[in-house]
Amino acid sequence: MLKFTCPYCGIEASETELHAGGEAHLKRYGPGSADEEFEGYLFLRKNPKGVHLERWRHAMGCGKWFLAARHTSTLEVFGTYPAQTHEPPAEILEKIRAKYPEALK
Amino acid sequence: MSDPQSALGGAVYQGYLTVKDAGAQGMLTLRGDHATLGAAVKAATEQGVPAQRQIEGGLGGGAAWASPDELLLFCDYSAAPEALEKARKALEGQYFLAADVSDARAIFTLEGPGIRDLLAKLCPADFAPKALPTGEFRRSHIGQVAAAFWLESEERATVVCFRSVAQYMFDLLSKAAEPGSELGYFAPTAS
Ligand SMILES: [Zn+2]
Repeated sequence: MLKFTCPYCGIEASETELHAGGEAHLKRYGPGSADEEFEGYLFLRKNPKGVHLERWRHAMGCGKWFLAARHTSTLEVFGTYPAQTHEPPAEILEKIRAKYPEALK
Repeated sequence: MSDPQSALGGAVYQGYLTVKDAGAQGMLTLRGDHATLGAAVKAATEQGVPAQRQIEGGLGGGAAWASPDELLLFCDYSAAPEALEKARKALEGQYFLAADVSDARAIFTLEGPGIRDLLAKLCPADFAPKALPTGEFRRSHIGQVAAAFWLESEERATVVCFRSVAQYMFDLLSKAAEPGSELGYFAPTAS
């Protein structure tokens, strides 16, 4: 079972309390951007089998969006962090790279 | 004046514990920076602002931590409009949201032994006393629907859900409370 600790309410929430929100840290291309940029922002994801940085919402709980780092095939969780974070925290990156040096490149 | 009606009109199921529609209940949602809500909570409920995931007081006057920027306040049903006014007055000039949600919700009480076992059948929360001590306000889902609950003691708990799913919640809790279906994991069974 996949479990994340919500950084807002501190609950270790099981997957049924959560709603998946797709890849985190996307750069938004809005009005005025090139078609290719907008297409990339809207549709194109790397989606590797491995380490992902994702958006999740504690939907059946405190209701907040947060970010999480996990491995999609082993379900290892490297950590969760608040949605108001522009980059993954250094300690989470370290944990990931210690085990998967090629991840997130 | 019209008579306030709770969702199931005080329905009761007597199983290995008692499931009860707690009747019409005053409830307010208060949103804003918790650090600035103290006066409003005090004015509406006579309680302090609860710490993370805690509830201060109870159904007669209480404040529960719902999220980092949301509280659920409890008061008598008939006192809700006045409590709402008091909260609004106390927050004048600040950025906040206050709403009377009494008629949007339903409240059930569970009384008797085996509450942790009963809820554990229906909900993914960790019901170990260490993970969910009495006085902790937990939001999760019970069966298919969103719910919040807290244990006042090992033999008394309160469950909050949306009024539109009250019948589902009552049926679910009642089914899980059928005599003979005790789990006896957290609490020893009588039989
Ligand atoms: Zn949460």
